[in-house]
Amino acid sequence: MQIDLRTVSIQPLRNTFDHLVRRFGDKPASRYQEGSYDIQAAENLHYRPTWDPEQELYDTSITKIVMQDWYALKDPRQFYYSTYTLARARQQDSMEANFSFVESRGLTDLLPADLRQIALDLLVPLRHAAWGANQNNTFICGYGYGTTFTQPCIYHAMDNLGIAQYLSRLGLLLGGTEALDAGKAAWLDGEAWQPLRRYVEDCLALRDPFELFVAQNVALDGLLYPLVYERIVDEHLAGRGGSSVAMLTQFMTDWFDETRKWVDAVLKVAAGESEHNRAQLQEWINAWKCRAASAVLPVVEQVFGAEADDLVSEQVAAFKARIEKTGIAL
Amino acid sequence: MDMKTANKKLSLKDKYKLFTRDLGWEPTYRTKEEVFPYVQYEGIKIHDWDKWEDPFRLTMDSYWKYQAEKERKFYAIIDAHAQNNGHLHITDARYLSALKVFLQAISPGEYAAHKGFARVGREFPGVGTQVACQMQAIDEIRHAQTQIHALSNYNKFYNGFHGFAEHRDRIWYTSVARSFFDDAMAAGPFEFMIAIGFSFEYVLTNLLFVPFMSGAAYNGDMATVTFGFSAQSDEARHMTLGLECIKFMLEQDPDNLPIVQAWIDKWFWRGIRVLSLVSTMMDYMLPKRVMSWREAWNIYGIENGSALFKDLARYGIRAPKGWDHAEEAIDHMSHQLMLGLYQWKFGTSFHVWIPSDEDMDWLSKKYPTTFDKYYRPRWEHIKKHEAATGAPFNNFGLPKLCQCCQLPTLFTEPGDPTLICHRESVYQGERYHFCSDGCKDIFDNEPEKYIQAWLPMPGLMQDPLNGDLAGWMDWVFLKNGEDNGDYATSQDKHNFELWRSMASSNQ
Repeated sequence: MQIDLRTVSIQPLRNTFDHLVRRFGDKPASRYQEGSYDIQAAENLHYRPTWDPEQELYDTSITKIVMQDWYALKDPRQFYYSTYTLARARQQDSMEANFSFVESRGLTDLLPADLRQIALDLLVPLRHAAWGANQNNTFICGYGYGTTFTQPCIYHAMDNLGIAQYLSRLGLLLGGTEALDAGKAAWLDGEAWQPLRRYVEDCLALRDPFELFVAQNVALDGLLYPLVYERIVDEHLAGRGGSSVAMLTQFMTDWFDETRKWVDAVLKVAAGESEHNRAQLQEWINAWKCRAASAVLPVVEQVFGAEADDLVSEQVAAFKARIEKTGIAL
Repeated sequence: MDMKTANKKLSLKDKYKLFTRDLGWEPTYRTKEEVFPYVQYEGIKIHDWDKWEDPFRLTMDSYWKYQAEKERKFYAIIDAHAQNNGHLHITDARYLSALKVFLQAISPGEYAAHKGFARVGREFPGVGTQVACQMQAIDEIRHAQTQIHALSNYNKFYNGFHGFAEHRDRIWYTSVARSFFDDAMAAGPFEFMIAIGFSFEYVLTNLLFVPFMSGAAYNGDMATVTFGFSAQSDEARHMTLGLECIKFMLEQDPDNLPIVQAWIDKWFWRGIRVLSLVSTMMDYMLPKRVMSWREAWNIYGIENGSALFKDLARYGIRAPKGWDHAEEAIDHMSHQLMLGLYQWKFGTSFHVWIPSDEDMDWLSKKYPTTFDKYYRPRWEHIKKHEAATGAPFNNFGLPKLCQCCQLPTLFTEPGDPTLICHRESVYQGERYHFCSDGCKDIFDNEPEKYIQAWLPMPGLMQDPLNGDLAGWMDWVFLKNGEDNGDYATSQDKHNFELWRSMASSNQ
């Protein structure tokens, strides 16, 4: 039975704010729209930055990508703070359950020693790469233009930090603080990690927010995440009795799956805007993809030795297919 | 090899260290200057970023968990508020003026703080500092969004909210807050931290948020109270960050002291000028008042501020230069600014009104040395004038704006509340005007910055508007006769009373 509760019915004077009527027509707006569109100051900026007087406070010209309307780069997940936080809190709940499942049943003790070593060698140094990703996404959020494009970047940055912290927890669980020390030493001096560290540091020196988006979120993550979390952890390790490791990295697998939809949507709209953008994105993606592939190769070699080359090539091909769906030929 | 590790119990502090600052490393493929290019030019010397004490220890898993809990509650309450016509529970529609000013001038500041903290969260070379700033960056976008969402339902029923995005960039009085935040963002990372992290969040935030949220509670506005409460634990984190940051700078090198002191002087004065808008809200706009602006200042300014500066004295920090001037001005500023706003009410996207006799009695009680002597006569004069002419008292002469704080130069001389204070400086052959010594000093320290300020009044007189007031209203998205003017004759008043009578009677 449905009970129709009655309240005083008052006709609203208007549906939503003027700037949203202009964009979407005169109808009620969603909370994503209210919290994302045109909330960055756009006109009559008062002062030029003392840190770089060549720039405006919010400046579209610090990137080579040109958009008529930067708000066109919307997030298909329609994340605003609330929906983002609720989604991550749910994922955190299941990660917490996974960690305590693994811990309480002593599953890490059952892990074959060689797999444990692989997990430590491969995953622990990546906490530093995730920290690099955090800084890069914080940069894109800070200097990028238009909230629809930049707000997902601060969420992404906090996710990167969360991933670095999950990896730290994993390292502590599998090998204690010594494992974190060893991972950091490998990141700093281990031969296999130097190309990747160089890649990350080169990204830290980039000041074009969109190129940085390509270098970090498109190229590097686009190869690193599927290789490490899908091919190595979920397939290779789990297939050989290391599924407890996969439980501890579930967040990363799910996260990559979810966030690539946003990354692809940004590429698709930016490339669709103009031939200029398409050509620029093509050039960037090609260049950074090649560098990323050679940076992750020695990392994968640690696990697969001579087979790593094929594995990375396969992944590059899959990456190419993925990117071409956004309208950028590689 | 048996890898079974005796997982030593780590202390919370050590664990947090591993989860944050241990993630960082010294770059070797790139120079520090390439990675952190903006951290030198302000002259602040930092010798050891590891000496940074984490002001709070929050890992991402707990952050998501706590924040999600608060978000659930917040949206449940504002949904219920919208569904049940919660807007009819406010004291009366005069209260909405405070909300309108807030949405037009303060919420955009939250967003600016979000961007600014993202920038410094990248530019500081210490991981501990970066993480703390990044958390504030994501909190600040939360605040901007929860405020817009909480006030969105008011926009559906009342005027003055609909054009907040355009007002932020174009209308004249919002440039007071806009120029404040633009000024902070145009500064280097350390000055930004003193401006927003310390002066705004630590010294001034209580004067803004506590009165504002208490005002909302007193006036039956559940939506605003809810975002206030929901933001409180975030604000507590932000305050500890601001304080840690200033202590860190002062402890790192004695040469930092004069730089930091000059920033405190500057941002205190900038803040006092922004807060003059809050003073009008507390003394004039709330139908049911919490406390006077003077009383709020006594608690949150004098008591808290004195304790803070006493605490910082061991670093050589003294109270801000404009402190005594501010203390004297507290008894005048709300009246002076409100009298101004009343005259220029044709150009405000909120309503104003002449205080009732009862309100004036309250004001004389709260301001025994100033209100009856200087301000009641002016209100009475306006009342008489309106009665005689039968028309609202408008001053279509445009005010001269201060080049620094962007308020009309309507405040008075220290020591003489009957004389308008004017200051000027000549820079590169141009003459610039100020409302006070504080604002003139700020300009004189950095004229090349402040000559760039966008002043809305000259904008009205220049091409393409050339003084066309109706054209200006269209440009700023101000609907004449709806958004502006006296509350007494407003649609907001009419509708509120009509709807409330529908909800509370059987007519």
